[in-house]
Amino acid sequence: MAITEADVRHVAMLARLALTDEQVGALTAELGALLGHIDELQHLDLEGVQPTAHPLAMTNRTRADVVVPGLSREDALRNAPDTDGTAFVVPAITGGGDAS
Amino acid sequence: MTALDLSALSARQVRDGIARGDFSAREAADAAYARIDALDGEVHAFLQLMPELAYAAADRVDAARAAGDELPPLAGVPAGIKDNMNLLGTRTTCSSRMLENYESVYDCTAVRRMLDAGALPIGKLNMDEFAFGSSTENSAFGPTRNPWDLERVPGGSSGGSAAAVAAGMVSVSLGSDTGGSIRQPAALTGTVGMKPTYGRVSRYGVIAFGSSLDQIGPFTKNVDDSALLLEAIAGEDPRDATSATEAVEAYTAAVEGGVRGLRVGLATDILEVEGCAAEVKQSVLDAAEVFASLGAEVGEVALPSARHGLSAYYIIGPAEASSNLARFDGIRYGHRADDAEDVLDLYMRSRAEGFGPETIRRIMLGTYALSAGYYDAYYGQAQKARTRIIEDFRSAFERFDVVLTPTTPEPAFRFGEKSDPFTMYLNDFYTIPVNLAGNCAMSVPSGLCSSTGMPMGLQIIGDYFAETTVFRAAAAYEAALGFDTTPPLVRALAR
Repeated sequence: MAITEADVRHVAMLARLALTDEQVGALTAELGALLGHIDELQHLDLEGVQPTAHPLAMTNRTRADVVVPGLSREDALRNAPDTDGTAFVVPAITGGGDAS
Repeated sequence: MTALDLSALSARQVRDGIARGDFSAREAADAAYARIDALDGEVHAFLQLMPELAYAAADRVDAARAAGDELPPLAGVPAGIKDNMNLLGTRTTCSSRMLENYESVYDCTAVRRMLDAGALPIGKLNMDEFAFGSSTENSAFGPTRNPWDLERVPGGSSGGSAAAVAAGMVSVSLGSDTGGSIRQPAALTGTVGMKPTYGRVSRYGVIAFGSSLDQIGPFTKNVDDSALLLEAIAGEDPRDATSATEAVEAYTAAVEGGVRGLRVGLATDILEVEGCAAEVKQSVLDAAEVFASLGAEVGEVALPSARHGLSAYYIIGPAEASSNLARFDGIRYGHRADDAEDVLDLYMRSRAEGFGPETIRRIMLGTYALSAGYYDAYYGQAQKARTRIIEDFRSAFERFDVVLTPTTPEPAFRFGEKSDPFTMYLNDFYTIPVNLAGNCAMSVPSGLCSSTGMPMGLQIIGDYFAETTVFRAAAAYEAALGFDTTPPLVRALAR
């Protein structure tokens, strides 16, 4: 399965990465080479084998439904690139409004 | 020149020396910072030093001793922390521009437990960005150098953790291991590195890479210290629902057990892979002889699916990483691009600017493997290969108590030597299957390579929650081999 520049641009959009044309070119070659090695998996006979998502057979663990202190607002905002002191500030999400 | 040399003392000896009054915890901290002053300009193991936190902890230990209190197991032991683990009062950068200014707002459980046991938080340690790499060359803040040869890599991703212990800057350190990131750098620096069973140590507060693979573990100079540190950090944590509920065994008591009657399997089929250096192979065969001479029952074992581990891992690891790293979007923390036109532009440029090349490569690979049309062919197939690897280990541990392999196919390489990503990934050939299966393994030094003088590592693999058995085997081998863990750089200081 050869990976194309168009595939790389599509995946970069899915991954929310603004790549330069140069990066797209380099990644097409690098990912192509990596997938060339990884493609050996396609040739393994794994028909009927159960997939493993997690190494330990764990079932959901619940805790007592008790209120405990969580992260304070101050701490939650401490590393925010932009905040008004009560919330994260982001560019306008819906079109038409004043973005400032 | 300080009187105390951390290279000459185990963590246990530091703690016991303080308890006896031979020296103080403050002097132990002094010794750590003096060694850092002397060598870290060249080695670059540390990203951040925390003398205020470390001396405050030292004063608590010295006060407890003065009051006649019984000291905890790591009292006054200088310790380093990989910079993907949170600790209040520190920055936690993951060696990434993305988190260059990130201040921890809570403590990682394993770090908290280590400090509660009396350890001194000397500093935070360099790593490959977001733990993607095997050399620390992917750190946004420059590589760490191997104390055995400054022209060579210390391994990775926990290369700072390994180098700091090897150079005697700290007695112990914490690393994390997703595909070999504790064991591989331990092998390359002549230190002891343990990856516990998945879930044995809480993952709360370590910045996630592969959530079904990640495990925190100790770097130490010897096996006894490894057992001592794991005992302190292991155990169930209500903040990590995947932490194991099994009782933590008395690992330090196991160290003395010996290996008479222990069933040791030599993984002969994967010794013959391309790229495994002849001397590395020989050191594993020699190790099997050592175990036999100590009274173990040594036999051969095959792990036929292990050779597909690398391919499965480079689907599963990046897939999980691409999901975990979706959180870095320039909104709540981390790098934010200037002058974004809209939210999509903000996301896309913040991420492209904040992440380095290998991080982008892994995110892209993982996103591709999970994308519509490729999911079954890649992710689905990798999950089935993972099952096969688990079955290999299950049948191996029906016949054997531990399995031996090299930790890495070759000793430490030079900077820039592995510019092709796949060539770099091959360094984790022997360690990756254990992360996919989720059982435990450790690397112990197996001697020096005669041509380069660089350390080699023996990987001792155990079953799920069989850390006690692995420590017992590792301690017996260590005692028989008598490896000197002091690199030439440190020996030269004493002259």
